[in-house]
Amino acid sequence: MKKSLLILLVSTMLLIFTVSAAAETTTLTFWTFQELHQQFLEKEVARWNENNPDNQINLEATVYPYDQMHNKLLIALQSGVGAPDMADIEISKFANYLKGSNPQLVPMNDVVEPNMDKMIEARFANYAKNGNYYGIPYHVGATVMYYNMEMMDAAGVDINKIVTWDDFVEAGKKVKDATGKPMTTVEVTEHWTLYPMISQIGSDIFAEDGSVILDNEKNERVLTFINDMVHKHEIAIPAPGGFHHSEEYWNFMNNEGAATLMMPLWYMGRFVQYMPDLKGKMAIRPLPVWDEGGNRSAGMGGTGTVVTIQSDQQQLAKEFLAEAKLSVEASHKLWTELGFDPVRWGVWDDPIMSEPNQYTEYFRNDDIFGMLLEIRDEINPTMVTEQYPKAIDLLKKNVSFKVIKQQSHTPAEALEEAAEELRQ
Amino acid sequence: MQILKNFYEKYINSRKVAPYIFVAPFIIVFLVFYLYPMISTIIMSFQEIGFGEPKFVGLENYRDLFNVHYKNALLTSTNYTFWTILVLVPLPIVLAVLLNSDKTKFTNFFRSSIFMPALTSVIVAGMFFRYAFGEQASTLANSIIGVFGLEPITWLQNSIPAMIALVVLCVWRWLGVNIIYFLSGLQSIPEEIYEAADIDGASSWDKFKYITIPSLKPVIIYVITISVFGGYKMFAESYAYWQTATPNDIGMTIVSYIYQTGFNNFNMGFASAIGITLLLIVLIVNIIQLNLFGLFKKGEQ
Repeated sequence: MKKSLLILLVSTMLLIFTVSAAAETTTLTFWTFQELHQQFLEKEVARWNENNPDNQINLEATVYPYDQMHNKLLIALQSGVGAPDMADIEISKFANYLKGSNPQLVPMNDVVEPNMDKMIEARFANYAKNGNYYGIPYHVGATVMYYNMEMMDAAGVDINKIVTWDDFVEAGKKVKDATGKPMTTVEVTEHWTLYPMISQIGSDIFAEDGSVILDNEKNERVLTFINDMVHKHEIAIPAPGGFHHSEEYWNFMNNEGAATLMMPLWYMGRFVQYMPDLKGKMAIRPLPVWDEGGNRSAGMGGTGTVVTIQSDQQQLAKEFLAEAKLSVEASHKLWTELGFDPVRWGVWDDPIMSEPNQYTEYFRNDDIFGMLLEIRDEINPTMVTEQYPKAIDLLKKNVSFKVIKQQSHTPAEALEEAAEELRQ
Repeated sequence: MQILKNFYEKYINSRKVAPYIFVAPFIIVFLVFYLYPMISTIIMSFQEIGFGEPKFVGLENYRDLFNVHYKNALLTSTNYTFWTILVLVPLPIVLAVLLNSDKTKFTNFFRSSIFMPALTSVIVAGMFFRYAFGEQASTLANSIIGVFGLEPITWLQNSIPAMIALVVLCVWRWLGVNIIYFLSGLQSIPEEIYEAADIDGASSWDKFKYITIPSLKPVIIYVITISVFGGYKMFAESYAYWQTATPNDIGMTIVSYIYQTGFNNFNMGFASAIGITLLLIVLIVNIIQLNLFGLFKKGEQ
């Protein structure tokens, strides 16, 4: 009796052993702050496992709140224990992880460089130091204008005739007269109004050599223009809640509180998710230009996925990420599933990009991606330095707020104050 | 076995060793979780820290303290501490006296319901208050002031309303705890003193002023002392309202400033320096406060 039990036990163990040996499953851990990213990578793992039967991956993904995830990762990397194999790091935090002489992230050059000629290098440069690419981006983040077409029609505005920002202001006056509602909202406690416009006009926070140019004339022109929209022309109001990701704003916009919104393309997902009542009413167009022939967009935001040096499976993690985020198939899915404009421009002309999907269903554009193709060469790179987190912090907390909301500073004063602080 | 028994008899069960074993848990916790972090904070406040070897930078982090954000944070924390003490000492005393009176009905119900908020997580409560102090006309705070004919206020983007929002959250949360302190203080006042006062013909107000308040003095000192600590170390309330970026620093306390410099901007050295100054500030404020109440004048007592 005992003997037979023993044989049974041993044979079961052998069976389990052989099965697991044949499958070769490797577990990779992944931290992110965005549920959509988790869902996306989980689908990509399924695709990887189909294509690589002898090299299976088991993804253990965890979604933390934005701040908590970045802090946890920072502490884990600083102390040398507890970091995951892979993690998402948002662009405004990325510089923190590259501080010091010994970054705790793995350079991805070997998996990224072979296809670099088909991708937008500037998006990788945001996550690079000393020639090493440490992060893989999700998207270009082209900034666009979202118009509420019902309100435009009510005011008799043809959005295709809005070419310059001055045209935008004129159209705004018509909308204000016809509907009594503001043309647009501007952020005062975050940076998604000021920063894209600064980039669009051809300026930046930092020059290419890393020196601070936040208080230059172009930026002053931008901030003065935003301020005038609110206080002089009275066609814009500070976003309810202060920024375009607040509960107050979503509620306000869903009830047609304002006629337009300037945000990056990835904001499409927020429309679909948080503003269901606007379905079928919104249309997307490139931004109005500052001067004749100027850029009609700006690349904003982003998240770099990294592999940490604490990972035992660095090579596998790198190869998986390159496949899951940069391959042709992945690039298609980034668009159809997440509404992200992929960094691999080689796929931008593929037919699948112009086919109807959940976003073309929500928005009045038949071919959103076709519009992106028109503006693909009109996106300036942004300069990211070690001071970047602090700079974004100042843009969020002080610059627009003091000028537009508190009205305690002139545009020049607020920009100069922030620039001085960055120069210290 | 015998060796083990000898070891036990000789060392663990001896009068000399046993006390140390009993205090060991505290000592270990203190050394590992208080003393060690404190010492390393002091060291870190003289360093610049990135990934790789930390670099000693002398007093640079302390020189960086002379900036407008630190001043704002100090002002916010001090203001907050001042207002919370101003509300959270008199109000609980009055409520405790009412709850202690024989004439009040349902005292147990009131006691437990006032204490309830202290058991709630600040973040959960903060979420509620965050929406209650939203800026639309329909939010709780704006509907209440609307009853008095006031215009809706953008609570969390102006400094005075923001401070009101912080103090309201704090009062809601800690009122019950302070009432418990004062209630226990009240119950230790002998009934005979009040009877004697009655015979002398003292009014209720006289009794409150000349018996209740002086008898509560030790409790008042205790409550103020912990409120100074609590006020200066406040973080969660501010975080619940604004997360990490308060517009123009209106709700940024010293601890939020530490959090922002340390984690959001990864400047651990500077964050440590701020932490050290916080320690000194709280020490100084409390020493002044205790001196004013004469706690150090042992001879007179």
